Amino acid sequence: MKRFIYALGLTLACFGSAQASIDTYEFSSQAERERYRTLVEQLRCPKCQNQNIADSDAPIAMDMRDEIFKKLEEGQSSEQIVEFLVDRYGDFVRYKPPVNKSTLILWYGPAGLLAFGFVMVATIVIRRRRSTRSKQDEQKLSSDEQSRLSDILK
Amino acid sequence: MSRVRLLAVFGVFLGVVLFALMAMFGIKNDPRELPSALIGKPFPEFSTGSVIDADAVITRADLIGRPALVNVWATWCPSCKDEHPVLNDLAKQGVVIYGVNYKDNIPDARRWLKDFLNPYQLNISDPKGTLGFDLGVYGAPETFMIDKHGVIRHKFVGAVSKRIWREKLAPIYQELVDE
Repeated sequence: MKRFIYALGLTLACFGSAQASIDTYEFSSQAERERYRTLVEQLRCPKCQNQNIADSDAPIAMDMRDEIFKKLEEGQSSEQIVEFLVDRYGDFVRYKPPVNKSTLILWYGPAGLLAFGFVMVATIVIRRRRSTRSKQDEQKLSSDEQSRLSDILK
Repeated sequence: MSRVRLLAVFGVFLGVVLFALMAMFGIKNDPRELPSALIGKPFPEFSTGSVIDADAVITRADLIGRPALVNVWATWCPSCKDEHPVLNDLAKQGVVIYGVNYKDNIPDARRWLKDFLNPYQLNISDPKGTLGFDLGVYGAPETFMIDKHGVIRHKFVGAVSKRIWREKLAPIYQELVDE
């Protein structure tokens, strides 16, 4: 029984901490809460290497959550809020970076390499096929040779 | 046939070289150091109190006129303590440094400036980190370099050491002074 109570206590404690970073804000509508949720999950914490600001305990992530909440209450669109943060912290805070000059290789590099590979394989296959066909052609007998062969085989 | 093979070998070679270059870049490049989104942009507008003088109001206009370092620090930040003697030295050499006391409380900050000396020409108090947020600060210490028009030209994240000043920041500062 004692053990059960401990376990229950621990479980509840977990709940408490998991909820704490998310549910301290009073949203005016459910839709706003959803938008907040999407935003904090999409944005990356600048202090920690690979955590979104919903998960991070870093003070800066807390500040960013506060700002997002404030701006949502002011009625700003999600795009405006993301832009506000990118203006200060750069594209790093976006998990999905925009397509521009410095991210071109990131977006199209892999596809480009794959295409290069396909072209390479295709050329090799086509060439090889062509050369074997011409070899086969060489091996075919001309009509002269054919008649001589049938003479011999008689 | 041999030309295709040559091309394929060349392609693979190119890939290996590219990979090696990226790896080298990756080793040199600390992923914890973000490029500032504010390079080339004017220092953000602000209006806050001073750490030293309770009645003073400091605004963006006070930073304009001379190239300077804007050092974001706090008493809760251990590497700020390492960096402080270097800043004192620079101030003695005549480098203009403005301090932003970030998410701190004034009594602690005052004590710090008394105990470890005050290298700052202005002591901007930013108790809630609002100016820090506009500057894209994600941890102290961070040091911005602004030109005489108040445009942010460079940002350094982490403690400024003698070596970092000599090798990285001094040339940039000199450039801003010469402009």
